[in-house]
Amino acid sequence: MSAHPTAAREYQPVFLGKTREQLDTILKRYPNKQAALLPALWLVQEARGWISDRNMAEVAEVLALTPAYVKGVVTFYTMYHQHPVGRNFVQVCTTSPCNLCGAEGVVKAFLEHTSARDLGATSPDGSWTVIEVECLGACGFATPVLINDDFIESVTPEKVPELVRKYREGRR
Amino acid sequence: MGYPHKPHPKETAVLSKHFGDAEARSYKGWVKRGGYEAWKQAQAMTPAAIIEELKNSGLRGRGGAGFPTGLKWSFMPKEKKKPHYLCVNADESEPGTFKDREIMRWTPHQLLEGTAIAMRAIQAEVGYIYVRGEFTEPFAIMAQALDEAYKAGILGDLKIYLVRGAGAYICGEETALMNSIEGKRGNPRIKPPFPAAAGVFGLPTTINNVETLAAVPHILKNGAAWYKAMCLSNPKSTGTKLFSVCGQVQKPGNYEVTMGFPLKDLIYGMAGGVPRGRTLKACIPGGSSVPILNREETESCLLDYEGCVEKGTMLGSGGVIVFDDSADMVYQIMRLARFYAHESCAQCTQCREGTAWTTKILQRILAGQGKSTDLDLLLDLSENMTGKTICVLSDSCAAPVVSGIKKFRGEFEEYLAGRRRPVVAA
Ligand SMILES: Cc1cc2nc3c(=O)[nH]c(=O)nc-3n(C[C@H](O)[C@H](O)[C@H](O)COP(=O)(O)O)c2cc1C
Ligand code: SF4
Ligand code: FES
Repeated sequence: MSAHPTAAREYQPVFLGKTREQLDTILKRYPNKQAALLPALWLVQEARGWISDRNMAEVAEVLALTPAYVKGVVTFYTMYHQHPVGRNFVQVCTTSPCNLCGAEGVVKAFLEHTSARDLGATSPDGSWTVIEVECLGACGFATPVLINDDFIESVTPEKVPELVRKYREGRR
Repeated sequence: MGYPHKPHPKETAVLSKHFGDAEARSYKGWVKRGGYEAWKQAQAMTPAAIIEELKNSGLRGRGGAGFPTGLKWSFMPKEKKKPHYLCVNADESEPGTFKDREIMRWTPHQLLEGTAIAMRAIQAEVGYIYVRGEFTEPFAIMAQALDEAYKAGILGDLKIYLVRGAGAYICGEETALMNSIEGKRGNPRIKPPFPAAAGVFGLPTTINNVETLAAVPHILKNGAAWYKAMCLSNPKSTGTKLFSVCGQVQKPGNYEVTMGFPLKDLIYGMAGGVPRGRTLKACIPGGSSVPILNREETESCLLDYEGCVEKGTMLGSGGVIVFDDSADMVYQIMRLARFYAHESCAQCTQCREGTAWTTKILQRILAGQGKSTDLDLLLDLSENMTGKTICVLSDSCAAPVVSGIKKFRGEFEEYLAGRRRPVVAA
């Protein structure tokens, strides 16, 4: 593929080698290609951290869909990132049952202890993004927090500094 | 068992018997505990006989609507002309509900066994287990269990696949879930056609909740009569049910009780009641989509489908949210309305506009800028949001608002009269 005049770098397709094989396995589970769309988008996000317009075009091509259709689906689901996010992506539940147990304090503590000052904003060094999310399905373990793919139960404001330290150092 | 707490003597642990026992997670561990015996039994039965047993047991759907499971299965075409599908609803996102998560985390094979039996009953060769995207751990545990079950050859030629959702409460609605599996936006479909006629990929489909399917092996193994006998009140509500107790209680967790169990004993006896020094103010017994109960109603409510209806609410998914006297009901109701506004798929005008407008009015009241006509406006809006849309998300937003204004009107009026300090910015 020759470089597009406005593209800084040549596009590296996601669906090559092992990722392509993973998609082929998924395709076998369905009677049509379109049904592999959500899993294909997950594969893109795992590989690239987020889903760019160019990625959507590639997914469209691989699954014989249009880029506009793919974008329509991506924008429906809150877990697909349409922009890069921090290396540590923190999702704190603040729906009523957790709110009753002090979830707002947990959000505040994450904003204070990471350099991500505003909800949804990424810290200048690219290491943190903190967002509020709706019910995580673990209301008896208030407050549940998802950091990247790790689901952490019963987080209190007091536990936040230690968690932030752990993830800052890249330990899990 | 009252996971994460010790079992309570008044619990009837059927589904939750092995919660907290990590060994039960593995195939070997599950078989050692009597697992897959019911599946073997089912393989020697005709689909019609399995459905009959389920009908006799009285089992009703645990996903929220309480539809009789055996009857639902019987709607599938008897003579198979096209492929049949089973969808397993593991999207658990109803605020207050966290039982399916524990079933998958501790007893993945319990769900797989129920899934296999259901697939035989409805003659499906493919089953999709749709797990909400945020459930990373349950997903991994289910994947491992599925792998082990295939390696052991126990599932025969049934094809069971896991599908990961991507963040959308509405995908728990059965037809939205099917659209999502098909690689579409999760918009609910107009019914009819019902899934048994045209479900996923337009083919005959049955959809069941995780807890519903987890109960199935026990029914086959112990018999419909055994299941049906577990009933403390109305004979139309049988078996055990997991209740997720959360909010302002001392011991939040899942408690499994026989249908008809008093809500009062669940909250005070098992979950330890509200924090010390507090009193109970309100309770939502069936997940955020059902009407709120005041203290008196809570203390006299029996936990089964009919007992909840008698108190003007619903059993729903069994997510019990407890509020003590420190809770600001106006704020809590706004927070629930905001949830529905965020989760509306925006197909229907009443829902798209109604959930957002309701939230805005409640926020205005909380900011000390409410108008004297706001409560009537909220009630009027809610009426227009009920019974008029493609799915019941719209009705679900109206439920806490209408019941909240009715039962806690004084709190709203305090904001309107400027007697309470505004709690949100204008
Ligand atoms: C907005 C909405 C959200 C729902 N979310 C769920 C859910 O997360 N899990 C679930 O099992 N059922 C959910 N349901 C109910 C399903 O539509 C369906 O009734 C259920 O999965 C059927 O299974 P059952 O008969 O075993 O209960 C939801 C319904 C609506 C209207
Ligand atoms: S009621 Fe709301 S969520 Fe349901 S289909 Fe209509 S707009 Fe979508
Ligand atoms: S409300 Fe926070 S996990 Fe359900």
